[in-house]
Amino acid sequence: MKVFMLGWEFPPFISGGLGTACHGLTRAMSDLGVEVVFVLPKPFQQTANNHVRMLTPLQVKPQTVTSTQIATSFVQKELKHVTFHAINSALQPYATPQVYQQQIEQLIHQKATQEQFKAINGMEEVRHWLSQEPSAMGQPGHYSGDMYTEVHRYAASAVRLAMQEQFDVIHAHDWMTYPAGIAVAAISGKPLVIHVHSTEYDRSGEHVNPMIYDIERRGMHAARKIIAVSHMTRNIILARYGITGDKVEVVYNGVERNGDASQYNKIGIRSDEKIVLFLGRITMQKGPEYFLMSARKVLEVMDNVKFVMAGSGDMMHRMIEMATQMGIGGKVLFTGFLHGKDVQKVFQMADLYVMPSVSEPFGIAPLEALNYDVPVLISKQSGVAEVLHHVLKVDFWDINEMANKILAVLKYPPLQLTLREHGNFEVRKLRWSDAARKCIKVYQEMTQGG
Amino acid sequence: MPSVCFYFQVHQPFRLRHYTIFDKTPNYFDDFRNASICRKVANKCYLPTNRLLLDVIRRYEGRFKVAFSLTGVVLEQFQQFCPEVMSTFDALAQTGCVEFLAETYYHSLSFLYARQEFIEQVNMQMQLIQKLFGQTPRVFRNTELIYNNQLAETIEAMGKFDAVITEGADHVLGHRNSNFVYRPPNCKNLKLLLKNYSLSDDIAFRFSNRQWNEYPLMANKFASWVNRINGNGQVVNLFMDYETFGEHQWQDTGIFDFMAHLPREVLSHSDNDFKTPSEVADAYPAMDVVDVPHIISWADTERDLSAWLGNAMQSNALHEVYRLEKMVKQTRDDQLLADWRKLQTSDHFYYMCTKYFADGDVHKYFNPYDSPYDSYINYMNVLNNLKARCEQALPGQAPRNSPEAQ
Repeated sequence: MKVFMLGWEFPPFISGGLGTACHGLTRAMSDLGVEVVFVLPKPFQQTANNHVRMLTPLQVKPQTVTSTQIATSFVQKELKHVTFHAINSALQPYATPQVYQQQIEQLIHQKATQEQFKAINGMEEVRHWLSQEPSAMGQPGHYSGDMYTEVHRYAASAVRLAMQEQFDVIHAHDWMTYPAGIAVAAISGKPLVIHVHSTEYDRSGEHVNPMIYDIERRGMHAARKIIAVSHMTRNIILARYGITGDKVEVVYNGVERNGDASQYNKIGIRSDEKIVLFLGRITMQKGPEYFLMSARKVLEVMDNVKFVMAGSGDMMHRMIEMATQMGIGGKVLFTGFLHGKDVQKVFQMADLYVMPSVSEPFGIAPLEALNYDVPVLISKQSGVAEVLHHVLKVDFWDINEMANKILAVLKYPPLQLTLREHGNFEVRKLRWSDAARKCIKVYQEMTQGG
Repeated sequence: MPSVCFYFQVHQPFRLRHYTIFDKTPNYFDDFRNASICRKVANKCYLPTNRLLLDVIRRYEGRFKVAFSLTGVVLEQFQQFCPEVMSTFDALAQTGCVEFLAETYYHSLSFLYARQEFIEQVNMQMQLIQKLFGQTPRVFRNTELIYNNQLAETIEAMGKFDAVITEGADHVLGHRNSNFVYRPPNCKNLKLLLKNYSLSDDIAFRFSNRQWNEYPLMANKFASWVNRINGNGQVVNLFMDYETFGEHQWQDTGIFDFMAHLPREVLSHSDNDFKTPSEVADAYPAMDVVDVPHIISWADTERDLSAWLGNAMQSNALHEVYRLEKMVKQTRDDQLLADWRKLQTSDHFYYMCTKYFADGDVHKYFNPYDSPYDSYINYMNVLNNLKARCEQALPGQAPRNSPEAQ
């Protein structure tokens, strides 16, 4: 079995859960002996530093570089059955790619890693950095015509790549790759599976971008099978995209166990200050304002709490202002986007991880939090709520209850203890190998069933 | 010659309302929910089963007998929400074929944490039974049949009881069976009645299970199992939740018909009869000593305390509620005392059980909360408010031992 897989991003070039999911899934497939050709938009054009650091675990395989220069190929040692093709493209995952904002985040991030992000106390510093950037604070422009072109240019490149490969199935992750998936399916005659990690309704609420919706809908209808990351997502696919139920399978994401002993340092190094963590893109979908509103309620009852918002996104500036307006500016820390070690560090400092998402198709971050022994509070509007029992759950809009539960975790140590114990145990049962097996079963049904 | 001894447990807790840390009013209980559950169970179980038993008792003119253990909190709710249930229990009491047992008024775990409080609650319940039904209980059963040697000693020392009831757990019986009367070590007169869990569970749990190879269970088949004990036992103790009839086993399973026909089938063998627990204690000598140094109960397969005391939250909540005893009693405030006691009901801790939580089993069915964590949070918020009220009532006291401190 060989899979032609179309993705957006792959660790360590990631901006969200999709890259993590692709990594976990392909790695598990590779372990199960399935060959994967992984195609993604070339992510190398960012900073030189990053590039060099990233290449170290990668082994360039020059003989497969195509003569047309459309792609760079490489393999990662741990993924022995996976070949990567990075297509030269300006496509950025998670859309609204505004260069100025990324630069801001880059700056904040660099600053943070240099001085430990805790040193960014309050927002003054963050604002200082922000003020140095062009103040194009208006509405983030939605996908431009260029983006549309890019998606199709990516599709064209993918087709050219596909013509040089032999494979049995095409597996496309999220909307940007659907046109490529359709095109590759058309020229190769192989069945297309699309994997829905999120829909336009999750990202934009009712204000969907018709162009993206259209691409998603076409992808779903063209696909032989659809894999949804949760029943919640499956329901959206059925209700909003006119797909019949027999076509959609639910495959939950997994999480990789990090056997990191350093987490035991946790005990003993903590101050009497409690830390409540938000980690994710600061966008409408993730419900950052509900986090802040709950934070204010918590602070009415308890003073020694800091709220850390790790991540970046189009609502970050608004959130910084909102915190100030609510008079809790000194209690909320914005770290910007965090990478690898910093993510680990921030998890290890946290007393509670909160994911107040308005609409979360799955949500891998809570699994990572549990992996780091951090108790978790998630919104009921998340796919991961379908699989996790030993977590706290709340409606994203119910800030009173959210604050009540945050306070309970901070005030009643046995609650934290029990959540941690059972949660960490439960999360071990969510394995990528199970997800990969389910995907392979879907492939087999398609290739055998005709 | 086995005597069939039925005892039915009747209990409903005062469930808490949703109570956040921001709530300040001292109304802790969800009257609406408690009333509706009480009425629902009354219509499905208490009323029809009481009428059925009344009917059967009259038909067999004193040869069919049963016993009930009613908690104080369920009786309070009957009085408040469905008084018609009270009158049917009263009618049963009038027949002279119904015995009422003693237990803690609040269906609490106080025996484990506060011995004096435990005795007060037992006395409270006995007084209520005396007042309502004109009987003074002579047999004691502890909450969830929680039992050890010490309990027996405490009960004997109260000087009011002939016998105590507990689970016929295999690991305390060894090669013996539950079909005899036993006695605890270190007790002179007190007898021990042990539940025949196998035959009890055939009715309470397996009755409607179509996968069970004895399904369907008919009264004559069950009676033949009772007859089989002849020669190797004197009593068959069938102890179960009263809600078995109509609530756990729905009416359409045939449970009522089973119960209506069982007396005739059992009595058709001339050696058999029905006895109440105190009659059993009077009629049969203790055959042996059963030593129970460690605590047992009738819960789950473990037959231990893990359903109420299996995780850190449960242990914490229990310790915190009993830690308030002195303070609550010092206030001499009856309302505070009653609220505090209602918070001792074992169900509150059962809801916090994480055992099997992810599997969604029997624990979930009885649980008004979505998760054990929600139940703990709610309980602790209420307890914190109760403590604040105590502190207000006792201004001189330093606010130490706060429930949130570790």
